[in-house]
Amino acid sequence: MNLITQGKRLRAKSLILLGLMLILLFLLDIGLGSVRIPVSDVIKTLLGQQIDNSGWQGIILKIRLPRAVTAILAGAALSLGGLQMQTLFRNPLAGPSVLGITAGASLGVAAVMLAAGTVTTTFSIRELGVDGSWLIIIASTLGAAMVLVLILGISFKIRDNVVMLIVGLMVANITIAVVSIWQFFSNPEQIQEYILWTFGSLGGVTNEQLGALAIIVLTGVILTFFLSKTLNALLLGEDYAQSMGLNVKWARVAIIATTSILAGAITGFCGPIGFVGIAVPHLSRSFLNTSDHRTLVPTCALVGGILMLVCDIISQVPGSQTVLPINAITALIGSPIVIWIIVKRKNLKASF
Amino acid sequence: MMKETRTILSTTNLTVGYKDKKGIKPVLSNLNLSLEKGKLTCLLGTNGAGKSTLMRTIGGIQKPLKGEVFMQGKPIRSIDAKSLSKQLSLVLTDRIAPGNLTVYALVSLGRFPYTSWLGTLSQKDKDIIFMAMEATGILEFANKHIGELSDGERQKVMIARTLAQDTEVIFLDEPTAHLDLPNRMEIFHLLRALAVESDKAILLTTHELDMALANADHLWLINQNQTIDSGLPEDLVLNGLLEEAFQRDQLQFDYELGTFKRTSNQSKTKVRLEGDVILKRWTRSALERAGYEVTPDTSDLEIKISGSLKAPLWHLNHNDTTYKTIQELLIQLNNQ
Repeated sequence: MNLITQGKRLRAKSLILLGLMLILLFLLDIGLGSVRIPVSDVIKTLLGQQIDNSGWQGIILKIRLPRAVTAILAGAALSLGGLQMQTLFRNPLAGPSVLGITAGASLGVAAVMLAAGTVTTTFSIRELGVDGSWLIIIASTLGAAMVLVLILGISFKIRDNVVMLIVGLMVANITIAVVSIWQFFSNPEQIQEYILWTFGSLGGVTNEQLGALAIIVLTGVILTFFLSKTLNALLLGEDYAQSMGLNVKWARVAIIATTSILAGAITGFCGPIGFVGIAVPHLSRSFLNTSDHRTLVPTCALVGGILMLVCDIISQVPGSQTVLPINAITALIGSPIVIWIIVKRKNLKASF
Repeated sequence: MMKETRTILSTTNLTVGYKDKKGIKPVLSNLNLSLEKGKLTCLLGTNGAGKSTLMRTIGGIQKPLKGEVFMQGKPIRSIDAKSLSKQLSLVLTDRIAPGNLTVYALVSLGRFPYTSWLGTLSQKDKDIIFMAMEATGILEFANKHIGELSDGERQKVMIARTLAQDTEVIFLDEPTAHLDLPNRMEIFHLLRALAVESDKAILLTTHELDMALANADHLWLINQNQTIDSGLPEDLVLNGLLEEAFQRDQLQFDYELGTFKRTSNQSKTKVRLEGDVILKRWTRSALERAGYEVTPDTSDLEIKISGSLKAPLWHLNHNDTTYKTIQELLIQLNNQ
């Protein structure tokens, strides 16, 4: 039994290490960009001290801090959404984007942007301010929940996980098709706004909106942690979980609700960010070599945050004026990492 | 009187099966069965006979079409999932492969009904997990991952999980499928020992006749009338119910060997065998495969077996020749 306590200590160490990495990358993300700001000045500003360059202070507090916080929130939320979907469907390919949850959120946002556009043509969605942001969050969460409920309904009929995944992909395609038709009949100006949103952006969240987003994501993270024991039982499949006294129907609803809140809110504010939701749970499981959700939930949140910060640093192309779409960077950076992990550690496939 | 109190699970006029839009599809009906503590009961039936359906129904996963299942005198549908999980645990046929789960973590999942909201294990939980792993002999791979285990070891881990769940009744669905003979025997012996020593009521499904006959205290036999005969294995053999249950064309139960064998309608050359019991048994099996019929009556063809078990000799009366192997004997017989 000594080995078991050893494993626990190792996990505690890994969590501390990941936490430190997150803080370091957070400071780097604020420091790097079109203008390079020394990390010491970043720390001073964050601690509320005055620095010599007041321009830098403005950049840090008004632009880069909300952006970095959004990156952490987005990474954590999408990773936990993916973790829950992978465990619920017991499928390593599951994730918010694959099962059409992101597509559902996009439909919600498209409904608001394209329909709101027809009513008040001159107002783009960001000019709607805080009210607009709530509208988008609610629309995208409802869109995500709608697709998830649909998939859940079908999943009662189908017990095979691979078939379920194909169904999820089809539902995603249908949702995307509906958005396409909607776009086809909309004005070019409205479509432009929507297309910009689909590229994904961590910079569009203002300080006021950030509070709302943070509350929602933190609630989702806490809810997911509360679901750890349930998720652990589901690792053995629904029949076993039920035989151990778990109310499987309730568990499904809770997991799906939590995932749609997490994925829906992030998609609403930052656009459909792919890849993170699938990759991070695998990276976490692979590094810590565990399937225990009590460890995986905090680890996924940290690794997700770290990965998004790295992607954000790269997307800003330090030292240049260019900002690349975050959606492309997550896939561009993340996919090779996952391939490397698969080749290096052969335990990825055995996760399910 | 004594028997009544030993019964832990029983059914009355139970009908199990499926219901869909086209109507009711009963699989097994009129079941009045009882499961006793301290006994290993085998549910024996051919593929597709309804073994899993029955197990799912009396395990409370599936609803019965008719009748009632009682767990310690209470109707099972009136027991909530959480209480039931402290009385009944399962090993299912689903191949579970969460590769990153360690053996210890999987066994400790059995404590699910007893732990707090976060699933933290108390010292008592840890002691029970330790005992469960010790009883199944899997302590040595506590920290291995499930993906690294052989099929036999994995099955033991799943059995340890049910022990950690600490229930009086354990159901196992085809626990020895995919296992080789030594592993099959080991699992059966383990389950029997658990039933006797821990006074648990263990029910398992199998289609392996020989294993069930050798190890079961009690047999539930699915017959061809879509109901179940229950009794001591040997009683079911002798009253012919076992043969009836597996009855197929060209299949006949050999009451001496305790296995089924193929029969054909072709007329066969009769052979009479004499000699040591063991040598006769194996010679007979070779002759029957080659299409001869062994008869106790006098026959034109007679084989006398002599010599020791290690160095037997077969003497054929036809040509008055002695052979050292059955193979040589058969070649000579076929040439005639």
